[in-house]
Amino acid sequence: MKELLEFLSLANANVRYVVLGVMLLGASTAVVGSFTFLRKKALVGDAIAHSVLPGICLAFMFSQYKHPLVLLIGAFISGWLSILSIDIISKKSRIKSDTAIAIVLSVFFGIGILLLTYIQSTGNAAQAGLDSFLFGQAASLIREDVMVLGAVCFLLVLTIYFFFKEFSILSFDADYATSLGLPVRFLEVILSTLTVLAIAVGIQAVGVVLMAAMLITPAAAARYWTNNLTKMIVLAALFGAFSGLFGSYISYSAPKMPTGPWIIVCITIIAFVSLAFAPERGLFFKWKRKRSKEINTLDENVLKIFFHLGEQENNMFAARKIPALQKRRYFDEKKVLQSLKRMMRAGQIEQEDNTWKLTETGLVEAKRIARIHRLWEMYMSKFLRMPADHVHEGAESLEHFFTPSMEAMLEQDLDFPETDPHDKPIPYTVKNEF
Amino acid sequence: MIIQVDNPVLEVHDLTVSYDKNPVLWNIDFSIPKGKLVGIIGPNGAGKSTMLKSVMGLIEPQSGFVKVFDKDLDDVRQRVSYVPQRESVDWDFPASVLDVVLMGRYGRRGLFKRMTKQDKEIAMASLAKVNMEKYYNRQIAQLSGGQQQRVFIARSLAQQADLYLMDEPFAGVDASAESSILSLLQEMRAEEKTIMVVHHDLQSAYEYFDWVILLNMRLVASGPKEEVFTPKLLQETYGGKLTLLDSLSNFIRRKELPIKG
Amino acid sequence: MSFDYQIILTGALVAASCAILGCFLILRKMAMIGDAISHAVLPGIVIAFLISGSRASVPMLLGAASFGVLTTFMIEWLSKKARMQNDAAIGLVFTFLFAVGIIMLTLFADKLDLDAHCVLHGEIAFVPLDQLIINGISFGPRKAWLLGGVFLFVVSIVIIGYRALFITTFDTAYAVSIGISAVVWHYVLMALVSLVTVVSFEAVGAVLVVAFLVVPAATAYLLTDNLLKMIFIAVTVGILSSFAGYFFAKFIDGSIPGAMSTALGFFFLLSFIFSPKYGLIGKRLAKKREVFQNT
Repeated sequence: MKELLEFLSLANANVRYVVLGVMLLGASTAVVGSFTFLRKKALVGDAIAHSVLPGICLAFMFSQYKHPLVLLIGAFISGWLSILSIDIISKKSRIKSDTAIAIVLSVFFGIGILLLTYIQSTGNAAQAGLDSFLFGQAASLIREDVMVLGAVCFLLVLTIYFFFKEFSILSFDADYATSLGLPVRFLEVILSTLTVLAIAVGIQAVGVVLMAAMLITPAAAARYWTNNLTKMIVLAALFGAFSGLFGSYISYSAPKMPTGPWIIVCITIIAFVSLAFAPERGLFFKWKRKRSKEINTLDENVLKIFFHLGEQENNMFAARKIPALQKRRYFDEKKVLQSLKRMMRAGQIEQEDNTWKLTETGLVEAKRIARIHRLWEMYMSKFLRMPADHVHEGAESLEHFFTPSMEAMLEQDLDFPETDPHDKPIPYTVKNEF
Repeated sequence: MIIQVDNPVLEVHDLTVSYDKNPVLWNIDFSIPKGKLVGIIGPNGAGKSTMLKSVMGLIEPQSGFVKVFDKDLDDVRQRVSYVPQRESVDWDFPASVLDVVLMGRYGRRGLFKRMTKQDKEIAMASLAKVNMEKYYNRQIAQLSGGQQQRVFIARSLAQQADLYLMDEPFAGVDASAESSILSLLQEMRAEEKTIMVVHHDLQSAYEYFDWVILLNMRLVASGPKEEVFTPKLLQETYGGKLTLLDSLSNFIRRKELPIKG
Repeated sequence: MSFDYQIILTGALVAASCAILGCFLILRKMAMIGDAISHAVLPGIVIAFLISGSRASVPMLLGAASFGVLTTFMIEWLSKKARMQNDAAIGLVFTFLFAVGIIMLTLFADKLDLDAHCVLHGEIAFVPLDQLIINGISFGPRKAWLLGGVFLFVVSIVIIGYRALFITTFDTAYAVSIGISAVVWHYVLMALVSLVTVVSFEAVGAVLVVAFLVVPAATAYLLTDNLLKMIFIAVTVGILSSFAGYFFAKFIDGSIPGAMSTALGFFFLLSFIFSPKYGLIGKRLAKKREVFQNT
């Protein structure tokens, strides 16, 4: 706890650099990665990340010095080369793009490993830090790194801000972008350049192997919360920054740990939480929606029984016992009781001792369901050309899905028929309203 | 205009099919007599291919069932042959023409028994029927569109089935290939085989088929072509989708709700 | 057999098993699933090592391989149930499992005979240090025997299931229409890929195994139009790279698997440029011939 407070107080200058650097990095790669994600290039991102390794090694071999800018240039060149290679292999041969991505990823990385081990075997003292590019070492960031990193991140975010509209059109629909006369090829080059840059600066904290997740996962998580691109990008940036903060804390409290994996685990957990609990698109809410639809369907079916029995006996407000309802259609006793109580609370049903009866509101609702059922049967026999003895089953399931506007459409398409295909009257509540 | 027949080769009963929870076929119900060349006609996105796929069990229907020769498909698979759309496979695949046609024998021979001389003869005879026997050793990557289509039909012939379901066999083939495929189908009909063909060209449909199914998300008509090809029914098929069906299926998809009774 | 050849033999066995499966992977457009599996088995491997020490037994290996199959389940679940786009689902699942694996590795570093470097490029050079000795007689590296066994297993499954793999790869819809289960054979292939990546792990690491899976198959794909020939060529390319890579690595004193993947890349480049039918030059010549014939 003390450690955490000490960390959060940012008293130590080194800690300040690391925290600032990694958070900045997490946020800006997430911003760039949002477009990578939307353009469905996640795996290309992975290939680029693996492919910067030989560039870093070569840059180091030529300069014999571990300056962040030099390594960045090396990484940038080999990252771009990998994009070009993937493009050439998939366009100039029968090899499909997924294979091209895998080839470039693994061969570039193999060359990188070969060079890295070669450098190690030559025993250059300065190479010690190169290892941190594999799995990331946030704590190894020094003031110099953070300066370069900050400049690049600023450049990234500024470019995105500048081309925001163009990039969003391109990401949602490249064909549409072409038809608008946008310079699609040019924009794609800019976006790819940004992606390579983001990866090149990110690997020191996250490492080449896991860098792809830093691009994609924040965007994938943010996508569950919103349909608005700007909001999605801001959220992704926040997620990225938070994971960066978490990673730098790990690096601070356990210096031997590589930070990359912790950052990735953190961001992935955010993604899992998002896909589980985000409103609308999250699984929990989907499950709840499904559940409430099931309850709703049950209630509607019970109401319909009241209506059918009432119609038969010409007494809509008769009090009925549960077994009488079950006779008409099988319901689980406990469930039907719950349903009746629920509808009592909604004012659709009244209870007297062991018997239950419809209220006025309940009758309106019961009529609505019966009406939709019979209208839809009519619709199926008229427009879907189904024989009268086939329509009932289809109506049983779909009657619960009609919104008022669809119901109105149904009535109008059929021109308010009097009866259904079985010659039963259609119970209108207020007729000739239209 | 939906004419049901006695002793049908194929009976589709109240079939509703959803794609991604979005109903694309609504309560399709028809039956097909034996020995006919049947055309399935309708605009793009009408669900023609989807219907063939669900008949073959490639897509699980939401509700309804299919009977082939009055049995479940699994009991009579040998007697039914399916020809997928030509574009559905990657023709760069490393295989020869004969390799592909021999696949038609897998169903009968099983996956693990050796192919016999008889299997090869049947495969070669099937190739001869589509005038492709001299290409048997050709790599499929080197075939033209019309040749690819004929290889697919030969594979299906090698299955020696009684009912054939073909998805767009005339798509993207030139005029001479089209007429040779057509005369082959007519020969098959003469041998009392039943052939169902998804077709998108209204012009030639009347000439090609005996029995026509008009489809646009729902079944508009099914019957002898003379009775089905009326301006009213065609207008209904091509006159656009029913807005109510569209809003219903959109609603269901948006909410991602299962349809249950 | 000298240590040199024991290492080459080990590399060749890895390359051969991978090449066979790689042919089916690339034809099914699942190269990146292979990549995902090879990363994602890491936690399984670490657990296997934790439980059984350095000498992982066969059941342990199978347990580790089940992580590969689990990966494909998770990817499918994410894209079908959670509606995540497929490429993002692949990227998310394997990076997560790999990250978990690395964390476990560092947490239990003192209990493990593994380190993070081994994860990336294996320790094929150490393979000869663990000899299979029965009654005092050495029968060569234990690892080579294991890999040889797995190779034979892969070969026999592919022979038995050749027709099924062939048809489900070329035309899934047709295969299903004649009653062949595409799902079963999909998982057979995924299980084999997982098994091979797990047993190859110590030799070449989790990342470079991708090169062995994909690159020989892609090289062969540009050279032939016959699946059987493609498999044979891929195996040959894999074995050749094992030789070339070993001597190259020795020459510059670098990582052997790194050099082997570099050699694989080199062979691919040759085939990409010079393949008579599908290479850059071959295609250009064919075009010229066509123009010539048409005039």
